[in-house]
This record gives sequence, structure tokens and C-alpha cells, in this order.
Amino acid sequence: MNKRKITVAVTGLNNIDSPGPGIPVIRALKECSSFEVRIIGLSYESLEPGLYMHDLVDKSYAIPLPSAGSQALFNRIQYIHSVEKLDLIIPNFDAELHNFILLSPTLKQQLNIATFLPSREVFDSRHKSELPEFGEKYEIHVPKSTMIFSTKDIQKIEKEYEYPMVIKGKFYDASVAYNQEQAISYFHKISAKWGLPIIIQEYVSGTEVNVTAIGDGLGKCIGAVAMRKLYITDKGKAWAGITLDDPELVVLSQKVVQNSKWRGGCELEFIKNKEGKYYLLEMNPRFPAWVYLAVGSGQNHPEALVKMALGETIAPFEDYEKGKMFIRYSYDLIVNMDQFEKISTFGEL
Amino acid sequence: MNINKNIAISESGFLFNPSTGDSFSTNPIGKEIITLIKEEQTLQQIVNQIHLKYAVDQDTFEKDLADFLYILKINHILKEDE
Repeated sequence: MNKRKITVAVTGLNNIDSPGPGIPVIRALKECSSFEVRIIGLSYESLEPGLYMHDLVDKSYAIPLPSAGSQALFNRIQYIHSVEKLDLIIPNFDAELHNFILLSPTLKQQLNIATFLPSREVFDSRHKSELPEFGEKYEIHVPKSTMIFSTKDIQKIEKEYEYPMVIKGKFYDASVAYNQEQAISYFHKISAKWGLPIIIQEYVSGTEVNVTAIGDGLGKCIGAVAMRKLYITDKGKAWAGITLDDPELVVLSQKVVQNSKWRGGCELEFIKNKEGKYYLLEMNPRFPAWVYLAVGSGQNHPEALVKMALGETIAPFEDYEKGKMFIRYSYDLIVNMDQFEKISTFGEL
Repeated sequence: MNINKNIAISESGFLFNPSTGDSFSTNPIGKEIITLIKEEQTLQQIVNQIHLKYAVDQDTFEKDLADFLYILKINHILKEDE
């Protein structure tokens, strides 16, 4: 079968100890049955390992940080497109999605570049700070949470929350605080990195389970694969995991994707408490870094996303292989200085 | 008592619970006990069979069996009859 040739730009090439989803997404696309994919890597830093993985990434370009705004991003994409003729962009960082969602119609109309992202409204509704309303709207249990802007607020919320409580950054990072001193310390640590507000969340004890899912934006869940982390790094990231046979969790995830009319990939993080009740801790608005496990167990979510982005209608995946594991590893790439020089100086590699 | 339906048990005595992702290894005697439970043998029948087959005094084995069944139960491998 002749595969259709397409060019896809992908961000999230930071395949580090807290990995971005870019490289797993690229692996999924390189192995897909429908397309022959040329990959254009988009990077924010010159040391993102994906830049130097030439067997996976055909060409790379530096792009401006999200704080530079959507116009700067558009200008850069316009230039990259003039060289590479992009068919599609798959952004993989939470912090950049706002700009890409904003640019999505312009990219399509002016440059004919497809994206497959949720609407701004749906994207905002699952923000950590909005999660209680999200849970209420879609009838999902969500731990109680409150946004705070100063350490003085910690004393105030102690009437409502018991220790331990979870201190979370608006984009990333979460720590469990067992007393006020720890809560204040985590507040400073996380806000220094990710800014304000800080989210205080009720601590729910139980087993963490995660789901990688994809929605068509019209109320259909195209795929959902449940996983439990078997080995967790000090940053809370999965270093090994296993697919679960948990129909209740999959149905619950499908309900979230369907009811919210989620468009694109996402990760749902749940806690299953002792009574077997699921609490949604977070809904991450992009594929997780472990999305390749879904591919390995029979659901190629990135390929499904590309198909939908290019206008195809696809049938939902019906099953996946249970008990399939992933084990992550680190690997030292040996790189000549001229490559680092190229990406650092010219923003291209 | 019985072994939870969805538990996968391999020839080597490796147990996997696909709904939780938990896995365990048991020795040949453990696997033999699990097989007897799956065959719906009573506790007394299991004690008798193992006692006859291996050089173990009954009191010691009964105590070890109780410990083993407790471990199976807390790990959601064994369920009591309702």
C-alpha cells in the first residue's frame, strides 16, 4: 500500500527525566500504517535531546518561548512552513497550547496547516483551578481545591483543609505537605518556577491510575488506554508502567472525553481510593509522555489524531492489550559541537 | 474461598492481576496450593494433601497456610465465599 507522504511538526522534544511527549508521538507516527511522515522538530532549548535524534527527527527549528506571544510564534511558523511545507502541527506542552489554540484558525486559513486542538473554552474548563466545576459539570468526583496567591492564604484555608494537603503549580509540579511549614516551603518553591496562583488540593489516598485518551471534538472518545505506574521517579514521573484491565476506569474516561467534547489527545490522572471510587486529579491537555504504551498495546493515538486533523472520520478503538508494560531508559547521545552550534546560532538543525 | 477470576497464573508461579497491575511470584508449593484452591478443595483437604506429599508436620503447615492465605487475601488474589 502506498502511504501518503505528510510533514508533521512536533514540539516536546525534551526527552529528559521529566520527559515531554514529543519523541513518543514521533515514534508512533514513524510506525503508523497510513502515512509516511517527515518530522519537523520544534524546540525551545538547544539541549532538548530530540533535536539530535536524527533517526526520528528529520529537521529541527527553534521557536520562540510561549511568553513571546502568538504573533512571534506565527511569524516563526510562517518561515518554517515556507521551507518545509507543513501539513500539521502537534504541540505537546501545556504552556504553549494557549498560543496554538489562538493561532489554529489562522494557521489553517492562511497557511493550510492543520492542528487538532480543543476549543479555548473546553481547554480552560479543565484547568487545575477550574477542576471542581469541571467535575460537577461532568459528574466526576474531583478532590476539593482552592486557588491561593500568597502564603497568608495557607493559614486561612487550614479551616477547610486538613493536612496532608497537595500544593500544586498551575502547569506542573505537585507536593504533599504534612504541615504548615512544608506548605509554605512548597508554595515558594513551586510559585518561583511556575508563577501564581498555587492550587491547594484535598489529599485523597489510594492508587494512582492514568489514562491516555483521544477525542474527536464532537463528543466521541476515539481511544482510551488505562495504565498504572510501576516505577515512579523522584519527580513523580512514570519510569515503568502497565496497561490495566479496568473497564470502569475506561468508561469513566470516555465519559469525560465525550461530555467535554474534547478534541485531541489528553491524559486523565485519577486516584482510586480504598472503596474503589475514582477521583479525577488532573486532565492534561495533550498526550502523556507514556503515550507510546498505547501504541504498543494496540491503539495508535497519534496516528488517529493525524487522520482526524487531516479530515478523515475514524472509528473508535474497541480494545487494547492488557498487561503490556513500558520500561523507560536513558541513553547518552554523542553529539558534535557543530550541531549544537547550528541550533544555538541559527535556530535550525 | 476461591482465586479471583481475572488473576492470571503462569506455569512458573507468576501471578498477575490485570485490573490493578500488581504481579507476584510464588514458589512451587505456593503454586500447588493455589491450584488446589482453584480445584475447589477445602482447607482441610489442602492440609491433608500437602501433609501426605511433603515432610512437614501438620501444625507447622496449618500455620504457614494461614499466613499464605492471608497474603493472598490482602493482595486481592483470594476471595472468601459470599
